[in-house]
Formats: sequence, structure tokens, C-alpha cells
Amino acid sequence: MDAIPVTITRRGAGETTRTDVWWGTPLAIFVGLSLFVAYSTWAAFQNAHYTYGPYLSPFYSPVIWASPGDTAGLEHAWLGVKPDWIPALLPFSPALLILPFPGLFRFTCYYYRGAYYKSFWADPPACAVGEPRNSYLGEQWFPLILQNVHRYFMWIAVIFLFILSYDVWLAVWFPNPATGATEFGVGLGTIILTVNVVLLSSYTLGCHAMRHVAGGAHDEVSKHPFCDKAYACSTALNYKHQLFAWMSLISVAFSDIYVRLCSMGIWSDVRFL
Amino acid sequence: MSAATFKIWRTLPGGDGTFQTFHTEVADGMVVLDVVHKVQAEQAPDLAVRWNCKAGKCGSCSAEINGTPRLMCMTRMDELNLWEPVTVEPMRAFPPIKDLVTDVSWNFRVKKGITKFTPRTPDAPDGTWRMAQRDVDRVQEFRKCIECFLCQDVCHVLRDHGKFDEFIGPRFFVYTANLEMNPLDTADRVPELKHDKGIGYCNITKCCTTVCPEHIHITDNAIIPLKERVVSRYYDPITRLLRVFTS
Ligand code: SF4
Ligand code: SF4
Ligand code: FES
Ligand code: FES
Repeated sequence: MDAIPVTITRRGAGETTRTDVWWGTPLAIFVGLSLFVAYSTWAAFQNAHYTYGPYLSPFYSPVIWASPGDTAGLEHAWLGVKPDWIPALLPFSPALLILPFPGLFRFTCYYYRGAYYKSFWADPPACAVGEPRNSYLGEQWFPLILQNVHRYFMWIAVIFLFILSYDVWLAVWFPNPATGATEFGVGLGTIILTVNVVLLSSYTLGCHAMRHVAGGAHDEVSKHPFCDKAYACSTALNYKHQLFAWMSLISVAFSDIYVRLCSMGIWSDVRFL
Repeated sequence: MSAATFKIWRTLPGGDGTFQTFHTEVADGMVVLDVVHKVQAEQAPDLAVRWNCKAGKCGSCSAEINGTPRLMCMTRMDELNLWEPVTVEPMRAFPPIKDLVTDVSWNFRVKKGITKFTPRTPDAPDGTWRMAQRDVDRVQEFRKCIECFLCQDVCHVLRDHGKFDEFIGPRFFVYTANLEMNPLDTADRVPELKHDKGIGYCNITKCCTTVCPEHIHITDNAIIPLKERVVSRYYDPITRLLRVFTS
């Protein structure tokens, strides 16, 4: 039989016979991601109210250098005061130095990629809905071929998990104003920062690139005992990757909001222990 | 019995088509394929529809119901809103033959181009192999495919961008994953995935996974793991360096 060449009648932008609310989910994702980007950018430029007692906002962790005079920030700074060689004209905040890494980790995440290609770039606007553009390069060609760096950002994100876990450890040592010493305690902030690390870990360890290095690269993972277990754990988290992507996004923003509002005196931290 | 209005795609002699409206009655438990057959029996004997098993297993009755790619025999009428007309049209990504029937032969040509299963030499003298169940389970999911091609139909790389010459589509990434991750297979399909099969065109928007009637995790378990293998081979200098040292 002769081959019949494939010819398709392309639909116009937004054209579909779908009768459900197909634009609902892409719109919700557009609003959710836009709000997060707007808030995190605003918060990163504030360079203030990012610590409260032993708590440090995850947007600002680690503090590599703090601004001169920022005594609260300096307590957390690894290398002390901002060095002179950073031009004074450049906007400075400890968050601006580190946020690009987790930001690019999420930007190149397979889940977020699929989500924002739809919501922000309408490629496609939703499944079985016509697209606005004819040309298409996908991730086969430049520029989106660069998304393949995702696994490197994943390793950086793993380092951040250790740093944020250390922040949780610090968040249980409260200064006692009477004695001047620090004492063990648990506040609502400690719990919020702990939940944040658990959610971020669930998101990061269920990453598709992690699943691949954990054991997915092997066809017979059962023959590699360590990989066998690691692959099973990563796969279990991977099945809920979308859920953890959103929960950890919300928790990281909320952790910053909590520390910020406590620091501004609008909320007061609750001490349980 | 309740009244229902169906708008069914009919091809016109010139090759173009239009929706034709049918008023009919539907009974409890009917599926869309039953209604199409009822219309065919009572009102439009020349209505062309492809079907075979009526059990969601042959993959013949793929169509777009209210704009969503689905199997007609697995779409129950009680899931649909009968206050509005129900639209039934052929798969939009493939050339129409007549009414609801499309020519899906492109898929069979694509399949022939994928490197065949190449098992290692048998593990035992009696010519048999040994495999761990969990390694088999991983590829078992891909074997559930019934070749309905709904995933191919919904994939925008084919449907909207027509990359039929450069991209094999989700169904065949599932097929390739089944071979490539098979514990016995020794062939290497990573170069062809990158260069000829166009895996980079997939932008992981998961429409294929959404429509798959066999609930195969097409994107998460087949396409992304294959993409990761391509990354290890072509885009990750550190892994390549490690491979040089370890091999
Ligand atoms: S996830 Fe990839 S293969 Fe599946 S529909 Fe989207 S672009 Fe096509
Ligand atoms: S992967 Fe699913 S949707 Fe695609 S052809 Fe197979 S059964 Fe159909
Ligand atoms: S795939 Fe989502 S974090 Fe890697
Ligand atoms: S008739 Fe076989 S899948 Fe519908």
C-alpha cells in the first residue's frame, strides 16, 4: 500500500472543541508562579528583616556577606561584612547572591518546565488547544537545549538542603535575655523552618535527575544494592513531584514571610519549649 | 432513556468535513461508541467508525469527544453533560479517511525504524535468562500500551507543529523505553533518540500522559528517563569524564 503523507489542518490560537474549563489550570499556574516570582524578588531586594532571633529566612540562607551595620545579619554571615570590591552602585543583598541557584533549579525542573511552557508561553495553551505560533524548536535546539543543565543545579540544591538543615539546628538555640546565654527551645518558627526543609528535601530528592543518578540509569538496578534502594526512594518521591514542587514553593515563601513579619513586630513568635 | 444531541464529524466528498447533528436517546450504561452505533443503525448507515473490542483493549475506537482525545468505547455517557451537544470527531493529528476513521499508518512506519530488541546471550545453558522481578516491572508498564495513538494525537509536536519527519511521538518513546530499559537488551538507542527520533522536541507538557487510557506514566517513566540518558551521553561533561576514568 502506498504511504499516505500526513497532512493536518492546524488549528488557530486557542481554537478547540474542548468544552471544559481548559484554561483554568494554566491560569492558576500563571498566577501562582507570578506571585511567587514577584514576592521573592521583592523580598530579595529588601536586605532587611530576614532574621528573627535564631531564625534565618531561607531566601537569605546562606548569608555569605552582610551589609555593614546589619548586626542581625552579621551574626549569620559566613565571611563577615560585604567586601569593598563589590561596587557600591550595584544593588546588594545577601539573597541576591544565592537565590539564582535555587531559582534556576526550579526554572529547569522538568515539572515546572512543562507547566510554564503552557502557562507563560502557550506552547500549547492546554492539551488539544491550538497554539499561537507556527515555528517550534522545543528543547531540541538552542536556547531551550540549555535546560539540560538541570542536574548540575540539582547538586547545588542538595548542598542547600544541608545548609537549611543547619539553619534548623541553629533555630533551636534561643538567646536568653536574662543570662545572655543560649538555651534549647522550639518555637513556631523552628517548626516552620523544619517543615520547609522536609518539603524541600522531598522535592529535591524526587527530582528526575536524582532518580536517574540514584539508579534509573541502570537497566538492572537490582544488581546494584545501594542504587536499588536509592532508586526506590527517589521514585516514591518522584510520583508526588508536582505536589512537592508546589508545597515546597509555598513553604519557602511562607518561611520568609513568617521571619519577616516576626522581625517587623507584626507577628510574634510562639515558643512551645 | 434520556434525550441527547450528538454532533458527529462527517467528511464531505472534497475531503473537508463538517459536524452533522443527530438527536437520539441514550440509556443507562451506554458508552459513546454505543450511541455512534445507534446513530449508524437508525439515522446514518454510511457513518464510518473503526472499532473492534468494545473493551478498551484493541485501541481502534480513538476519537475526540468534546475536544478531548479518548476511546469511544470507554467513555460512559453518564460522564458527559447531556444538556449540551456532545461532539465526536476523528483524531486531528492524522489524515482523515472517512468520518471518524483516520489513517494511522504513519505510526507503523515509525515503529519499523526503531532499533529492534537485541537480547544478550542466554544466562543458562538451556537457553533461558534470569531477571529480577523489579527490573522487569519497570518495563512491564510500557507493555500495557494498546496502540490507540491517542497520545500521538494530543501531542502538540505532531498535532500543531507537524514534526512527523523529525519526531516519533510519545507512543514510540514508550516503545523505545520498553526496549532500552529491558534488562536483557544490549542495543544502544541513545544516539538515535537524540538525532533521529527528536526526543528534544518533547517539552514535557504531559498531555500524552493525561489522555493515555492505559494510565501509562508516559512522560515521567518513559520520556524523562530517556531524556536523562541523552543528557548523560551528550550534555553532561562531568559524567562523560567519570566514564572515561571508570571504563
Ligand atoms: S509530554 Fe512530550 S510527548 Fe507528551 S504530549 Fe507533551 S510534548 Fe508530546
Ligand atoms: S501509550 Fe497510551 S495513549 Fe499512547 S498509544 Fe499506548 S495506550 Fe494509547
Ligand atoms: S525534575 Fe523537578 S526538580 Fe528535577
Ligand atoms: S473498540 Fe477496542 S478500544 Fe475501543
